[in-house]
Amino acid sequence: MAETTNTTPILELRKLCRYFGGLKAVNEVDLVLQPHALNGLIGPNGSGKTTIFNVITGIYEPTGGEVVFEGQSIGGLDPFIINQMGIARTFQNIRLFPNLTVLDNVRIAYHPHAGYSMSDAIMHNKHFDEKEKELTEKAQDFLRVFNLQDRQAEIARNLPYGEQRRLEIARGLASSPKLLLLDEPAAGMNPKEAITLMELIHFIRDKFDLTILLIEHQMRVVMGICEHITVMDFGQVIARGSAQDVQKDKHVIEAYLGPGAAELSKQYLKERKQ
Amino acid sequence: MKRLNKSSVLFLVGAVLVFSVIQVLISMKIINSFWSTILLQAGVMAIVALGLNLIYGFNGQFSLGQYGFYAIGAYTAADITYRWTQLHSASGLTVVLMIAILAGITIMLIRNVVTKIRGLDTLSAFALYLTAVVFSIFVAIKIGQLIANPVTALFNSLPEQTSQYIIYLLAVLLGGAIAAEVSFLFGLPVLTLGSDYFGIATLGFSIIVKVLLDNSDTMLGFAEMKGARGMIGIPKVTTWAFVFFFLLLTVVIIRNLLNSSYGRAIVSIREDETAATSMGIDVAFYKTITFVIGSFFAGLAGGLYAHINGFLHPNTFSFVKSFDPLIIVVFGGLGSVTGTVGAAFGWALVLEGVLRLVLPDGFETWRFVIYPALLLVMMLLKPNGLFGNYEIPFIRSIVPALKEKKADSETAKEAA
Repeated sequence: MAETTNTTPILELRKLCRYFGGLKAVNEVDLVLQPHALNGLIGPNGSGKTTIFNVITGIYEPTGGEVVFEGQSIGGLDPFIINQMGIARTFQNIRLFPNLTVLDNVRIAYHPHAGYSMSDAIMHNKHFDEKEKELTEKAQDFLRVFNLQDRQAEIARNLPYGEQRRLEIARGLASSPKLLLLDEPAAGMNPKEAITLMELIHFIRDKFDLTILLIEHQMRVVMGICEHITVMDFGQVIARGSAQDVQKDKHVIEAYLGPGAAELSKQYLKERKQ
Repeated sequence: MKRLNKSSVLFLVGAVLVFSVIQVLISMKIINSFWSTILLQAGVMAIVALGLNLIYGFNGQFSLGQYGFYAIGAYTAADITYRWTQLHSASGLTVVLMIAILAGITIMLIRNVVTKIRGLDTLSAFALYLTAVVFSIFVAIKIGQLIANPVTALFNSLPEQTSQYIIYLLAVLLGGAIAAEVSFLFGLPVLTLGSDYFGIATLGFSIIVKVLLDNSDTMLGFAEMKGARGMIGIPKVTTWAFVFFFLLLTVVIIRNLLNSSYGRAIVSIREDETAATSMGIDVAFYKTITFVIGSFFAGLAGGLYAHINGFLHPNTFSFVKSFDPLIIVVFGGLGSVTGTVGAAFGWALVLEGVLRLVLPDGFETWRFVIYPALLLVMMLLKPNGLFGNYEIPFIRSIVPALKEKKADSETAKEAA
């Protein structure tokens, strides 16, 4: 299970805890993400996956343990600082800037790299013009990757669901991350759309040299593309490994299907073989 | 000037036209002093409302404190010019100027330090700012008094008109600057509150300002402000030209700001704060800076207002009145610069002008029945405000055309 690569991990969770009162939403979770890997995080509803995302991105402060990003402890930092260090995310229930154009949604994420001061902006001077043009072209490039370039003038909330999902990923990429966290990117998509999306995720991982951690419920999707899968239940990691390892794991089957299910499924498989 | 595109030219021509037509009508006395005063007040109100629209309409922070900053600007500017015209001393100017400069520098220095400290909570930071600013004000008053006499002599050597106008313009700008600095200190702890709580806190602020002004002669020790009796003897120097110039300046600054990355960052906070902060936008900073800019315009407008009638009374800045800019902003359309300016002029011209003339003697008070009724109807028919999201082409942000690119065929295919 333990990976023995000599590269330093991009993200490391060490005994990470996050409690809400008496509820241990995340309890002593260890997680190591190697650079350039495509990681999956799965588990039944309420197992603490999204809470982990919220702790990594700084929306919640960890109750205990450490979040180490590129060798630096980032637990408890402001979300915008964490984003500027190189972690971007999408949300489970899409959170675009609904009344702004598609282009502006992406341009906002590029804001920390705008390269002009507020007084340049107020003067609308030459430097502003150049940098603004550069920024806009960059944003349009991101839209092109997701085939949204013809939608750039559209108001974000008027986009169809699938395009909103893609726009959210585009916006995340525009903030130039090294680690991208995707919270159920394929939610609400039919299997065909989901597969296309997964191919796209694979593609951006290579194009932008990203590490990706994704939460997903569509097993076909997760098992298809994730190189490394972590399974959570009741705030704890119950299994980790490749898709095959995880599928066979007794704890995983029981977490999803209930106690005793592992035995039943073994019997079922045996009967089917006969 | 390659940068003047068609909409900018049209806007400038339009602005010059509007200005000169009204200016000519005022000079020819076709617009009498009653109407011209209303026009001035409308312009001033437009600046206040634009500041509030930036805070509420664009940044999404529900503020009722705009009139507090308006009052601060008004009284600051009035005190400076009062001391010059009535007491023949520039001490007001020098002291306030030093306060504005030193407090500004102090705030910036502390900001540099505070942003480097990790995990400093807001209240500690606030205490640090407050102590340092109070100390810098103390120093500034000493320096201001020290240089008051030479500066007075300097202004006395200038022609009377010139020095009067220089002091007036500086006073108006300083009114804005002081309001901005106060808003920074006030906003620092209060902006961490969620939107509704922030509204109540700002309401508290405008009440504090009103009470302090009611007792400005006793509690604050400014005898010339005469507390609740009202301040008199302020020179009436605000003219249509000044109001129009500052209004134009406000519109252009707000337009340029909004059509930039900084403006988009400000608007993103209104749209979704969590998403904004997750996308690298320093939410606390942009909330504060927006609040400061909005309050600067309020203070500036206050300075202009003080010199229209030459009379200031704390009741002008009362709790009920503080809803005026809010009503204008909502009436004109939240997040519409055009709508705000339109509504401000419409509001002043109709409420103070037309209705006053149309209603028979003794029924003027019915204005305040008719106009809320209008508001009700308006909210039912057009809840987005008169102009909704409409902007004139000059202000509207343009979506730049896509530049043709050698098709990244692989990309396009992949994305499907």
